[in-house]
Amino acid sequence: MHGGSRTSRTVVILTAVTALGAALLAGCADDSGDDAGGKTVISVGTFGVFGYQQAGLYKEYEKLHPDVTIKESVIERNDIYYPQLLTHLAAGSGLSDIQAIEVGNINEVATTQADKFEDLSGAPGVDKKRWLDWKWAQATAPDGRTVGLGTDIGPTALCYRKDLFRKAGLPTRRDEVGKLWAGDWQKYVDTGVAYRKKAPKGTVFMDSASGLFNAVVNGYADRFYDAEGKLIYQHSPAVKTAWRLATGAAEGGLTARLKQFEKPWDQAFANGRFATVACAPWMLGYIKEKAGAAGKDKWDVAPAPRPGNWGGSFIAVPRAARHKAQAIDLAVWLTRPEQQAKVFAGQASIPSTPAAYRLPAVKDARNPYFGDAPTGTIFSAAAQGIPTLRIGPKDQQIAQAFTDVGVLQVEQQGKSPEAGWRAAVEDIQSAVDG
Amino acid sequence: MSGAAAAQAAHDREARRRARRSRRYRWDVRYSPYAFIAPFFLFFAAFGLFPLLYTGWASLHRVELSAPGDMQWAGLHNYVRLLDDDLFWNALRNTFTLGVLSTVPQLLMALGLAHLLHQRMRGASFFRVALLTPYATSVAAASLVFVLLFGRDYGMINWALGAAGIAPVDWQSGTWTSQLAVSSIVIWRWTGYNALIYLAAMQAIPKDLYESAALDGASAWRQFRHVTVPSLRPTLLFTVVVSTIGATQLFGEPLLFGGAAGQKGGAAHQFQTLGLYLYEQGWFNFHLGRASAVAWAMFLILLVIAAVAALVGRRLRADR
Repeated sequence: MHGGSRTSRTVVILTAVTALGAALLAGCADDSGDDAGGKTVISVGTFGVFGYQQAGLYKEYEKLHPDVTIKESVIERNDIYYPQLLTHLAAGSGLSDIQAIEVGNINEVATTQADKFEDLSGAPGVDKKRWLDWKWAQATAPDGRTVGLGTDIGPTALCYRKDLFRKAGLPTRRDEVGKLWAGDWQKYVDTGVAYRKKAPKGTVFMDSASGLFNAVVNGYADRFYDAEGKLIYQHSPAVKTAWRLATGAAEGGLTARLKQFEKPWDQAFANGRFATVACAPWMLGYIKEKAGAAGKDKWDVAPAPRPGNWGGSFIAVPRAARHKAQAIDLAVWLTRPEQQAKVFAGQASIPSTPAAYRLPAVKDARNPYFGDAPTGTIFSAAAQGIPTLRIGPKDQQIAQAFTDVGVLQVEQQGKSPEAGWRAAVEDIQSAVDG
Repeated sequence: MSGAAAAQAAHDREARRRARRSRRYRWDVRYSPYAFIAPFFLFFAAFGLFPLLYTGWASLHRVELSAPGDMQWAGLHNYVRLLDDDLFWNALRNTFTLGVLSTVPQLLMALGLAHLLHQRMRGASFFRVALLTPYATSVAAASLVFVLLFGRDYGMINWALGAAGIAPVDWQSGTWTSQLAVSSIVIWRWTGYNALIYLAAMQAIPKDLYESAALDGASAWRQFRHVTVPSLRPTLLFTVVVSTIGATQLFGEPLLFGGAAGQKGGAAHQFQTLGLYLYEQGWFNFHLGRASAVAWAMFLILLVIAAVAALVGRRLRADR
């Protein structure tokens, strides 16, 4: 970099002023404390709920290391958290000792910010074989440095409503339901067509075409980029298949025409508007909350046609962290299989370390809200079937252009798949071209 | 030392003291106004002028949020690209139509409300405070409530339409329906504010104007048209300019109305304003250079609007 720290600092000031919201949040996020009462304060910056605090892991670590206090600062949304992390990295200040990174951003961090993070591949106590291969690879830069340690992953399954399936004349036991579509997402859409013929009044088969698009596309190794980092989204089988199925489902009226994580989507859970939704483990709690008491004993979980990955995170230690050695030790400890299993017990987020799948906390886990489904085994089986996902720097923007522009135009605005495709491509070009 | 000399010395001292005093007084008069306004200008320089100029400088570079220190000179590339960018023109068009849709009804309704409040009535101050409450509501709270009202499946407006036998409307998907919905948030929040400004100006109009108009047999409507409105001209111009600036920067309402992926302003960008487009380019696509160019384009548009307003203002004054 030629710009030097002054240029980068002025840019940071500028960007901070422009993005008022981010700047306001920045105000409360940094100042990773001074040493309180002779103890070292390790700060952990995350987006959303990572569950370390809730699972009591910080307390446990503090007990093992009496000279350490851990302070967590949380920003609810990653789309606020991540730009702020980038500006803090550029400024070299305001960083926590441990920073969480979402899977959608990990490639950009590994390829453009690797020099700002500690290389954790040789950190004491780290053994790369502990993690799923693809999880480890995602956080590793082209030169072999690993910028982050895997925390959870998001293997997908299908959550479905037993009561609606029964009324539509479909099987309701989770193994039989899984067999309906095993191996091929097309069979899932076909099941939707069968469902529509006898659909209980006011219900449809799935929540959204974009949810289907994501679930399908995330089951392929190569989606938007090839091994050389070239864009292949226009021709890749992953995108083509996902696009065909999602727009087909939209045009066939199989979807509730909703956008995920919006209020109407929540309301539709409460009103029992759709019979299936592709779900990652972290979504089970969300469904339980939104569907509420009315949905008790109605939901269940079956394996998805093909396993894919939806979400998941890493934790990393910035070069500019105050207490690097202690932070690395904490990061390694937090991502050990035993700790990940404890987080699973509280948070249902599936570990990225297969050894944890054999621990009772995961292996014997059942979810009472979902008909006592053995969620631990269902999701860890899916986790082991996930291919080595190749991710690129603009994955998030590309996926969003497909789901929130392309597919949505077909699904909500009644446009032709061709028109939707063109609109998505225009958005993608605007995103990938600097 | 003689008494005279001592008196002379005392006199000199007094004269010097006076001179010093009057010098200080002159300095005080001359310079302290500058000292008093200096804080504003210092803050403006740090948080207004500098970012403005730096944004202009950044707009001439290729610079990404992932490496904001790494700026590559790109000349006018970002601007040329904007001219060629359908999404930019779409955002400009939306900003304009949303501006018209929200500003025109808003100011007309404000004028009417001010006129009503200007009449003798019971509980006048209650109504004045009530008018201002939407203005005191945060954009976020207001927008979130409107999102629920305009919901497609479970929204109250569609429920009311259904009760009247009208098919539900997918407010967010349609171009005009979504823009109407977004405008309604703006109108709801700002009408009362403008009404109070008009009301204040109306109360400054001399009563005798109305009395002589009434003597000439002018109806209430004619009094409104020929006495009230002409007297309000400078105020009208002020509110038009302020609302136009607000409309050009429209951001929070469409962002929150859009829900998830709000920065895109709908599946077909049907309500993506320039502000949202800037936000998407800078903070989602991470193209800071291009976002800066959008910011400057908005600035130039505002300059043009200001120039037009100045011309109109001069004509209004000349007409008097």
